[in-house]
Order: sequence, then C-alpha cells, then structure tokens
Amino acid sequence: MNTAENTSEALLSLKNISLSFGGVKALTDISFDIKKGEIRAIIGPNGAGKSSMLNVINGFYHPQEGEVWFNGNLRGSLKPHEIARQGIARTFQNIALFKGMSTLDNLMTGRITKMHANIFWQAIWKGKAEREELEHREKVEHIIDFLEIQAIRKTPVGRLPYGLQKRVELGRALAAESKLLLLDEPMAGMNVEEKEDMCRFVLDVHEEFGTTIALIEHDMGVVMDIADRVVVLDYGRKIGDGFPDEIRADQNVIDAYLGVSHD
Amino acid sequence: MNNSAHNVLDTFPKLLIDNALRIGNKPAVREKEYGIWQSWSWSEVKINIFEFAAGLHTLGFSPGDKIAIVGRNRPRLYWTITAAQCLGGIPVPVYADSVAEEMEYVLDHAEVRFVLAEDQEQVDKVLEVADRLPKLDQIIYDDVRGVRDYDRTKLHDFTDVQKLGRDALAQNPTMLDAQIAAGKGSDVGIFLYTSGTTGKPKGVVLSNDNIIVTSRNSVKIDQLTADEEVLSYLPLAWVGDHIFSHGQAYVAGFCINCPESEETVSTDLREIGPTYYFAPPRVFEGILTHVMIRMEDASKSKQKIFNYFMKVARKVGVDILDGKSVSAGDRLKYWLGNLLIYAPLKNTMGFSRIKLAYTAGEAIGPEIFDFFRSLGINIKQLYGQTEASVFITMQPNGQVYADTVGVPAPDVEINITDEGEVIYRSPGVFLSYYKNEEATRETKNAEGWVMTGDAGYFDENGHLKIIDRAKDVGRLNDGSMFAPKYLENKLKFFSQIKEVVTFGDQREFVTAFINIDLDAVGNWAERNNIAYASYLELAGHPEVYKMMAENIEQTNADLATDSKMSGSQIHRFLILHKELDPDDGEMTRTRKVRRSVIFDRYDVLINALYDGSESAHIKTEVTFEDGRTGTIEADVSIMEAKTFSAVSKSA
Repeated sequence: MNTAENTSEALLSLKNISLSFGGVKALTDISFDIKKGEIRAIIGPNGAGKSSMLNVINGFYHPQEGEVWFNGNLRGSLKPHEIARQGIARTFQNIALFKGMSTLDNLMTGRITKMHANIFWQAIWKGKAEREELEHREKVEHIIDFLEIQAIRKTPVGRLPYGLQKRVELGRALAAESKLLLLDEPMAGMNVEEKEDMCRFVLDVHEEFGTTIALIEHDMGVVMDIADRVVVLDYGRKIGDGFPDEIRADQNVIDAYLGVSHD
Repeated sequence: MNNSAHNVLDTFPKLLIDNALRIGNKPAVREKEYGIWQSWSWSEVKINIFEFAAGLHTLGFSPGDKIAIVGRNRPRLYWTITAAQCLGGIPVPVYADSVAEEMEYVLDHAEVRFVLAEDQEQVDKVLEVADRLPKLDQIIYDDVRGVRDYDRTKLHDFTDVQKLGRDALAQNPTMLDAQIAAGKGSDVGIFLYTSGTTGKPKGVVLSNDNIIVTSRNSVKIDQLTADEEVLSYLPLAWVGDHIFSHGQAYVAGFCINCPESEETVSTDLREIGPTYYFAPPRVFEGILTHVMIRMEDASKSKQKIFNYFMKVARKVGVDILDGKSVSAGDRLKYWLGNLLIYAPLKNTMGFSRIKLAYTAGEAIGPEIFDFFRSLGINIKQLYGQTEASVFITMQPNGQVYADTVGVPAPDVEINITDEGEVIYRSPGVFLSYYKNEEATRETKNAEGWVMTGDAGYFDENGHLKIIDRAKDVGRLNDGSMFAPKYLENKLKFFSQIKEVVTFGDQREFVTAFINIDLDAVGNWAERNNIAYASYLELAGHPEVYKMMAENIEQTNADLATDSKMSGSQIHRFLILHKELDPDDGEMTRTRKVRRSVIFDRYDVLINALYDGSESAHIKTEVTFEDGRTGTIEADVSIMEAKTFSAVSKSA
C-alpha cells in the first residue's frame, strides 16, 4: 500500500474508452488509471465488460474511441507480437496453459519473448542459446520456489487439479517479468482454502517483485481485502472508482450488485 | 570417559571443529533449492555456524539462554542448534505444525529469549502470541518472503545476523573459543518437547552426553561411516530426527539431505538414494500400497513376471539377506529376479543404495516388513523414547523379526517389573523434565531406572516384545495376560479389517468387535457378485462373517503358539453395524479408539458377546458430518471362532 502512495505516477491511463462489436456497445466512455505499484481491481456483475476492459488494456482489442497511455506512451493499434513484448502479462479466466507440457515447460514459455538466440543455435543448444536457457531456467526456478510448486515441476499440466493449474498460469505470467500483470478472475471456481492461498500469492508477488497488478474478480470479499483501489463497471459503464471502503459504501455499486432494475 | 583430556569431543561445537579439520571437504549438508542440490562441506558449515553464533552473541544471546527453532528441515535450522550450543545456550526445537497456542505453551514453558522461525507462517504464529511471552526478545527468520514490511526492531534476517557475526569475528576471531572450550558433556544440550498426546507437552532435558554417547554407540554397532547419505525429512523437534540427522551425522561425519519441500520428499528420496533411512511404519505401508496399485495397472505379462519373482523373493529373499544357506538354484532365480524386478523396483522407491533402514513408533505388519526385507532392503525395528535419546532396543543383523523389537541397545539395561512394565537404564537417559519435578520423579527413580509405560516381555530368543500401553493391559479370569492393542494390531494387519476393539479384562475369554474395511471388502464383494446397498448390509452378510471368522481363526492359530498369549484367543466376535467414528466420539481425531466410550455405548453388544446369545438388537445415535444426528437400528449377529489349544513354538 505504501508503494501506491509513494509513487502517484500512472503506469497506465485510459481516457474516454469506448469499444463496440458491431452494434453492441461493450464499453462506453471509460476513464481510469493504474498507478505504478498498486493492486487495482476491476469488478462488476456478469457481462459488465470486465474482460473486454482487460483486452483493451493489454492491446488485444483496439477501442474505437479514446486513448490508452501505457508507460508514458500513447498506444496505437498493435500486432500480436508487439502485444506480447510491450510488458503486460496476463492470466485467463478459463486457463490457457499447454496441457500436455510440464509445469516447468509452461513456465519457460513465459520467458520466450526474452530469448534472443536464433533457431540454429537453439537447435544445437550451444553458446548463447545454452547460456540463455540456463539463465531463464534459473529465473523460472525462483518462480517455482516462490509459488511452492516444486512437487509438480515435471508433471504435465493437464493432470493437475484446477487450483494448481491456476497457480501455474500465474507463474507463467510472472515469468514474463512484466511491468503490468493482468489477472482475469484468478480465484474463480476455487474453494475457500485455494482462494486464501491465491490471495497470499498475489499479495506476495506484489510485495516481493513490486509488480503492478490489475485484477478482475467476482468475489467482493477478496477484492476488498487485497486491492488498493477499485473500479466498478456495469453495462459497459464506469459506475464507481475509489478505495475499497468508498466502494463498499457506494449506493450505485450496491444497486448494481443487488440487482436494482435499470429503468 | 576421560574428561580430563582437553580434546575430548563431548559437545557438538567440538565435534564440528573436529569434523571441519578431519573431513572439511566432505559434504555435511545438502538442500535442494531452485531445482538443484546445493551442498555445504563441513568446513563451510563450521564457518556458517560460527558466524551465526557470533551474530547471536552480538544480539545479546548469553550462556543459558534458550532459542526456539520452528520450521521444517532446513540447513540453517540445523545450524542454529549448534550455534546456540557454541554460546552455552540451549536450542528448543518446536513442531512446525503446532498452532499458535501450542507454540505459546512451549515457548513460555521453556522461557525462550530467541526464536528462529523458518518463514512468514512461523513468524506470524510467534508474533501472534509474542505479547504473552514476557521473556521473548528477538526473532530471526530464514526466509524473507512476505516479511519485508514487518516491524524490524526485534526481527532479523538470518543473513543479517550472520553479517553481524562476521564483523564481530573480524574484530575478535577467537571470541567463541573460550565458551566452546568450557562446554562439557554433562551440560544440558537440548530441550525436546514430547508431542503431548496425553496432556501438556513435557520438556525433556537431554545432556550433550546423552545424545553423543548414544549416537556413538549406535554408529558403532551399525557400522555407519562418513559416507552415509540420509534424507532429513522427519520433524526437527522429534528426538529421532535429532539423533539420526544431527547426533549421528556429527559423530560419524555423514551428510544430511534436506528435501526441497514437504511434497517432494519421495522425489528427493529417489534422487538422493540414501544409504541409511528411517521411517515410521505407515510410510513403508504407503510405499507398498503404491507399488501394488501401480502393478495392477501393468500389462498381464509384466504382472506375471512380477508375481513370479516376488514369490521367489518371499521364499528366499529374507534368508539371503540374513546370510542363511540357500540352494544354488534359488540363488540363481533370485539373481535373475534382482536383474529384472528387485533392482528396478528399489530404484523407483529410492532404495537402491540402502544399507540400513529403521522403523519404529508402531507395530509394523509382517507382510510389509517381509516385503522390503525380501527385496534385500535391510529394514529393522527399534524401540525407543525421547527420554532414552531414542535407543532402548535394536535388532541385530540376522536376528530380525516382525513381532519383536530386538535386544537391548549397547549399554542399555532393561528390566520388566512385576506388573509387566518395561523399564530401562542407559547413558541416554534424560536429566529431567524441565520445570516438572513431579513428573520426573514419577518416570525416573533414584537409581536411574525409567518407566516406559509400555507392557512387554522377552521372548525365548531374548528379544523384547512390546504388547501394549501398560495401563491398558488387563487379566483374564484365569490370570493370563490380556493386551487389547496387541490383539487388535494383529487383526488390523488383515486388509479387510479396518478397526477392532477387543474385550477380555476380568472376563472368562476374549471377544471382539470388528469394523470391516469398506474399500477392501466392497471390492471383494464386487468380484464375488455380492450385492449390497450399505455398510450395514455388507457388514451383516454371512459370507463376510465367514471371511472374518477365517481371519480370526488364523490369528488364533498364531496366538496358540505364543505361550504368554495363547489364553487371549478370540472366542466370539461380531461385526459392528456402523463404522467407529470420531464424530460420534468413539475415536480420537487421530483415530485411536476411546475404550470407555465404546464400553458405554455398546454395553448391550458386549453383554451379548458373553451371555451366549446368537444376535443382539442395538440402537445407536449417530452424528452426521454436518452435525445433525440420527439413529441406526440393527440386529447384529454374533459368531463363534475356532480356537486352538496352546502349542509350544517350533522355531
């Protein structure tokens, strides 16, 4: 928390974003920012536009209107490889790991954007390619240690229980050593114990690596406990933005969650 | 012991200096970190320990101070034990899984001034109770993760303390020498708290001599060398780990290996391939079950080869291990089996290099015991206690039996009291229970004899047989001994039987309640086309009764050969209509039967067992998992079991 206060510099700012698919307006005139070193939560009921928002943040969707400023630069439309290299890593709502590959290999794929040796040297695994891989492996081993997944290092990810797969996915996102980490419902479908573990990891990541985190989450309890600031979406619009305590007391937010009818 | 000599190695710091001199380049500790085994040689360990000790000194740790050590098996936690002893202090290892209140009791009772906590979890627990611990002064942690933002006034990183020590040692390189030289074998070396299954934990005070002499004796008798490899995975606060991973390691100079995490122990075991290994019976049981389940998934031809050679191993494996004479043909078959089955199997289990394995703590099933021994793994039993610095009896090579725990360990005297309780006297006998003179007096008499609380006797080979807790042992009306747990354990070795309660104290004969194992019996029923809808129905099935009668008959035949136990054959039994359940208070949470509750709840059935009736009607209240209660009613039938007249053992 003190990190958020120390640096009020925004890592990412969204200005008047609107996004539509054909006639469907997914996001309407949304503005907020994410400061360096904070945990920023994006919440809202089903279909509020949270995942669309995340896709705008990481550059996968290009909004029809509005500006995205990331790391001091105005962002244009990006190609997929540019998206990957800009320094934003994410996890997915419905887990997108390589199921046949081991935990270790999955984490190594998180490092791919940082590997520079060409395919020839990679193939014969000599010189730079070898040095590089060893460095990356060391980084990945630190993450394995950090997330306490040593026991499943060599296990194919498809054989792991859901909660652990989620953890591996977090690991892969961490391996990319990004400036901004996007977590799309990291606790969805978990039992209480798994949720507690995951909260602990998110907080530890934040504290240990100083990573800025944007978090989409359904579970209000979790959000209020770990987020520094919260933005609330409903029907593609921003209906609240502030510290957890403010959000908790906000009548608009309460209405949206309790399902007061929209006239 | 010649205490006048200056270079007597009677404390751990002295042993450390000696090892660093003699075998300084040999690995002393390994730990798997970041996927790679990192190792520290004896001389590196010495530097690490001295630096940490000097750092502790700078923080104000003085002779007689206690430092609690909380966490799993990690090099720095082991080093702290010796570091505290370098300063004339007393290490107090605490079980890592104890909750804050349990920890509070130990930290308070031991009056610790310092705590070494492994990680955030442990630091949090200590901080939670810190304001109720007036003596507590400084906390040091090993793993910084998660505690970066904590208040630092009384919290230190291990490496920072080492750095303090390094600076202090640079100023005054001999600052630790005087205190180390002043250390004596008779000094208090360590407090080990008993796990406290009965009441509050007691702090067992052990001297340096207790640990070192016992370690020396056992190292000598089992011919352990500086080349052994052990896996240190059992709780640091348990006396067994203190002897196997600390005492014997320092005395023999061998290397201890700390696993990467609790979940990776079996992988780490395979990678290290220890030569010397200790595990409680349930670990060996788990390994065997695992092997058997995996074999059932193997192809038919593989199963055939496996079964054939396992039969060979069962027939001659144990004899070959014990060095008895075996025919050349069988030896050839065993050699071939080793090539095809035993060696690869041992490799998967991590037992390729094993010279010696010990098990203790509970009775081990003969099949499990023989399975490992027939593969050529020299697994032996020992009998010990915290109060004895572990060793009371050990099994000598070539004289290993599943149902006895061996002969007295070197320098140990054993006696059996008139009540049948085992008592002993040895160099390992503890000094006292910390701040509990009454308990000390109850346990240890003026001549140094210690009551074990266990009932037992020596069999005709001179091996000690432990049968039960002394307070549970009763007498049948004809005066012969009745040891319920002994009988129950014997029956529980059958996979179809999950739980047994036997009765016989002040009765004419012995009877039993049986709980079938629903998995094993259910599986059997499926294969034999026996349909059942519930536990109750399966438990009452005549075929199941027949099967249980056969198991009991086999047990009775076995008991008949034991002169002390032949009177304890089971005459009548019944299969309970419900499983004994901790939710109903019939068992403890650790699944130990509460006899008094059983006597109360089921007195109708117990009476029926003795009045000759063929069945009894019972109505019991049960508690479901969600806390609701209901009743179960059933007619439970009672069956007679075949008994045998006592025969003398033809061994």
